Amino acid sequence: MRSVAPGLALRRDVLVIGGGMAGAWAAAEAARQGASVVLAEKGYCGTSGVTATAGPGHWWVPPEGRRAAIAARNEAALGLADPQWMERVLEETWRSLPGLARHYDFPRDEKGQVQYRALRGPEYMRALRAQAEELGVLILDHCPALELLAEENGRVGGARGLCRQDADAPWQVEAGATVLATGGTAFLSGLLGARNNTGDGYLMGAEAGAQLSGLEFTGIYTVAPARSTMTRSMSYAFATYYDADGHEIVVPPGPDNTATLARALLAGPVTCSLHRMPEAVRARLHLVSPNVMLPFVRWGIDPFRDRFPVTLHTDGTIRGTGGLRIVDAECGTGIPGLFAAGDAASRELIAGAISGGGAQNSAWALSSGLWAGRGAARFARGWRPGARLRGLGQAGLRPLRAVRPVEIEAARATVLGEMQPYDKNFFRTQAGLRRSRAVLDTAWGELRDHALPGHGGRERLRAREAAALLATARWSVTAALARAESRGLHRLEDIPRIVPDFAHRLLVDGIDTIRVTPDHVPALPETAA
Amino acid sequence: MIELLLEEQCTGCNACVTACPTDVFEAVPGAPPRIARVEDCQTCFMCELYCTADALYVSPDAEGRTPVEPAALLASGLLGQFRRHSGWHEWQGHYPNEHWRMDAIFRLARGG
Repeated sequence: MRSVAPGLALRRDVLVIGGGMAGAWAAAEAARQGASVVLAEKGYCGTSGVTATAGPGHWWVPPEGRRAAIAARNEAALGLADPQWMERVLEETWRSLPGLARHYDFPRDEKGQVQYRALRGPEYMRALRAQAEELGVLILDHCPALELLAEENGRVGGARGLCRQDADAPWQVEAGATVLATGGTAFLSGLLGARNNTGDGYLMGAEAGAQLSGLEFTGIYTVAPARSTMTRSMSYAFATYYDADGHEIVVPPGPDNTATLARALLAGPVTCSLHRMPEAVRARLHLVSPNVMLPFVRWGIDPFRDRFPVTLHTDGTIRGTGGLRIVDAECGTGIPGLFAAGDAASRELIAGAISGGGAQNSAWALSSGLWAGRGAARFARGWRPGARLRGLGQAGLRPLRAVRPVEIEAARATVLGEMQPYDKNFFRTQAGLRRSRAVLDTAWGELRDHALPGHGGRERLRAREAAALLATARWSVTAALARAESRGLHRLEDIPRIVPDFAHRLLVDGIDTIRVTPDHVPALPETAA
Repeated sequence: MIELLLEEQCTGCNACVTACPTDVFEAVPGAPPRIARVEDCQTCFMCELYCTADALYVSPDAEGRTPVEPAALLASGLLGQFRRHSGWHEWQGHYPNEHWRMDAIFRLARGG
């Protein structure tokens, strides 16, 4: 257990905000490059975020198979990905993941082959923490960041936040470079492990002037037993679904199967049975994914015989695709001293308009983490501390008008209410998106203008999280309105087809006034592997 | 949501206070920690994995409370199941990590 003194003030070459997969890789790499590194995590680096509860299988392709793999993914990405970035991600993942063997016991299959591709989440995060600690990274657990700090010239110079297990004492880190690895956001849905993922890095980055990209690609959901958070999808490859009358729902194979489920759930309750899972798989399921059976066993459900109710939780930008726009090979955001990695960054570069869910996103978290860590360490070289810094935080920290009580929990509920319903975020209409935008604008205006939670750190954190959630939801809905077509994870009921004019990414910038502009410029101007 | 911290099993190590990603527990000097903010629980089961005393029980219901009887729970064999199957701590080597089978399982599901 770490206890930090009240009023913690630190100077380090590199600050990493967020201790999930991307942040832990970034911190380790920055330290390996010789930088002094501090990692600030909202929860505990090891359990916090969506890696720890999952089973990340990386995009893992031997060199001889890459040309075909990249061609297939590029085709699926509907025109918005970049094969050069795919090649970089595959190579970096292939080269770097085995290096974790010092801390992760990679198992062997029956033939004695070491298996690198798919790791168990809790063990993966435990290993990444051990790796970072071994390299001298100072980890601050339960220390959420509230805002970035910047110099007059715009260079980001660190962040400040609070130590929520140390009487909410403030912390401030003055840093030569900062990496945002705060994850994506599922908009407070029941997605497993996602509660801390409230889009904080998107808001902090935008407050520093960074652009975002691909925020319209958030129409994605994962199945789970009703009332549970167990969004582990492997078992559902064997699922049979039934409507309220007990009739089997015909689910087409492939990526559209959740759309069929979402339509069925709009019509009424849906149940599921896993009876098609072969005995041999059932017998080993607890060794493959030890958490998958927990809800069934504890509820006394035999999922291989009984029919149990299911639901869909929105993945938002987690298995969705958007995030901070990456402008160079080192995962810079375009703001001096500010880098982004993992789900905090847009994954359109490798996933385009579809989900990088599972394999691609894991490989991206690893490689973008390494690149951002390397880039931050390089940027911080020769850095001299002592510049005057100001806090960049706005909504939830520095209200524009008279302070008055604002219902923070209601604001959070508003976000879930616009981003979770299947008839709002999965099957979109332009009129519905405009209604969502208006509802979100009202909540945003109230929070921005008036919210200044009292002295409790917990309340301040809640308010900042609400601001980030509202900002992200507004960007998502606004980008969705600007994309007058259906493409990938953006489905418009009004225009259910790809419109060739929209074969480009959409950038959003601005927080109060949101501008959407097409991004025709290649994201990676030169080769940099 | 987290439903129970079995005080008689608890060793007071406070590992759950540290490991809980959403800061649900609160350390109490000279006593077991208390479940201070159950409403912040994200039903991720991570605390159970880090509790070497198997003194914690998370109900799968993320949307409401589920009353549980400590005696019934102790008799159920559910406590510590996640940690055991994960092969953590004293269970290392007893339950091998076969996560790598995931690919073959997906192939099987696709009929390949």
